Amino acid sequence: MADVSLETRTQTPVTFRGGGFDPVPRQWVPWLFFAAVIAAWQGASHAGLVDPLFLPSPLQIAAALEDLAASGELARHFAASLMRIGIGWIIGAAAGVVLGGLIGLFWTWRSAGLPFISALFPIPKIALLPLLILWFGIGEASKVATIALGVFFPMAISAYAGVDNVPRNLIRMAQSFNIPFRGIVMSVIIPGMLPSVLAGCRISASIALILVVAAEMIGANVGIGSFVLAAGNLMQTDKLMAGIVAISILGLVIGAAITWLERTLLGWR
Amino acid sequence: MAFELVAAAVSHQYGPLSVLEDIGFTIRQGEIVAIVGPSGCGKSTLLGIVGGLIKPTRGTVSIVGDMPPDSLNPFTYIFQDFALLPWRTVTANVRLPLEHHPLSRAEQAARVADALSRTGLTEFAHALPKQLSGGMRQRVGIARALVVKPAVLLMDEPLSSLDTQTRELLMEDFEAIWARENTTGAYVTHNLQEALHMADRIMILRRRPGRIREIVGVPIPRHDRHGPAAERDLSRLHEQLWSHIREEAQLADREMTDG
Repeated sequence: MADVSLETRTQTPVTFRGGGFDPVPRQWVPWLFFAAVIAAWQGASHAGLVDPLFLPSPLQIAAALEDLAASGELARHFAASLMRIGIGWIIGAAAGVVLGGLIGLFWTWRSAGLPFISALFPIPKIALLPLLILWFGIGEASKVATIALGVFFPMAISAYAGVDNVPRNLIRMAQSFNIPFRGIVMSVIIPGMLPSVLAGCRISASIALILVVAAEMIGANVGIGSFVLAAGNLMQTDKLMAGIVAISILGLVIGAAITWLERTLLGWR
Repeated sequence: MAFELVAAAVSHQYGPLSVLEDIGFTIRQGEIVAIVGPSGCGKSTLLGIVGGLIKPTRGTVSIVGDMPPDSLNPFTYIFQDFALLPWRTVTANVRLPLEHHPLSRAEQAARVADALSRTGLTEFAHALPKQLSGGMRQRVGIARALVVKPAVLLMDEPLSSLDTQTRELLMEDFEAIWARENTTGAYVTHNLQEALHMADRIMILRRRPGRIREIVGVPIPRHDRHGPAAERDLSRLHEQLWSHIREEAQLADREMTDG
């Protein structure tokens, strides 16, 4: 009886109305979009729509990049910039994480350090370069110090935010087992603050890259920033763009390295 | 030599807010005392005071008699939210409380293996907490507590974040472990059913500021509470105790509404 009525009655299928704007991964879209932009740019250059003096074509930029790589000029400038970034970033990051950790752990440090960081963080660090040149001279030290200062503040902020974000119940748990302060820091605080510190690394690496280029434009004979500035002054826009592409590739490599670190160290998330 | 946990004239205030007033009770060795009462009556605060995580405004908690000499952490908590380190495996979580004691690596490993086997976690030794169900995570919490051979287990609503099915299963586990280890413990819960099945005595707190309304002994031994006759007796006791808690909860509700 029930089956018969089911067959004879009108059936209206329930339509799917959505799953709450679920993210749908499209892995090929970024590559396709990137290729389309390059192709359009190359097409416009080929058709004479763009003056190569102001914007060389992607193929001209690739050729300039190849020449620079073959002559060793790119490596010379890159090595100088990488050394400045490396030393400046390590000094700034180490100091920032230590001070941020102390601010996160101790109320006296927080009271003293937080206003200091809040007051100095907004200053554009490149504005301090003339002062740092006066202090340390025009050589490497002033550029490294600029980068270290630029890295220090985001690292300090991410470190104390990381300590603040460690769930308090985990600290209480450790205390309930009489784990000494040092043990709590090593076993609970440091692993717990790591996600925030790695996020800080990502931000500070970009800042270091920006600052090294800016500092080298102001006062250096070698380095990717000084190379780009010199190419611009000589209207060698293909070389200038090749330098910019090289900086962009360096940024991507640093970003990929941090992503790898996050995957390796934060696999538990 | 037996010991007793004695709380005497314990009171606690959070600023001007009085949370607990003049609490006094004793827990004998091998006894489980459940602490129940309406929401906000200070059950968890009381447990925090008993275990030394909260300093009472007044009163003392002490152990009278000799504590087990092999206990590495006499007052050990089992937490409602498990409090597992998400970056550590099950083994490393259970090993955590041993790491600051002068034990050899072999001794630590032996204790951890024993605790994992007693809680049925051996095959999950290398799993991360995120790979475990809520019930299994709480088993890790239990194993971490057992590994230090506690004198008194302090359990803060250990089953309340679990679904009913898991709760029933874990209750059976608790009962078996307590019977085997002759556990002494305080068990905070808002679930009277749980208290009736698992405790030797039930302490009912009044609404805030929490004071002891009554301490009732469950007249049936813990290992004997599963037959139909026992269920009937427990059901009667449940009804009687629930009427007291309900009265306190209703008064608390009314007082909150009146401001």
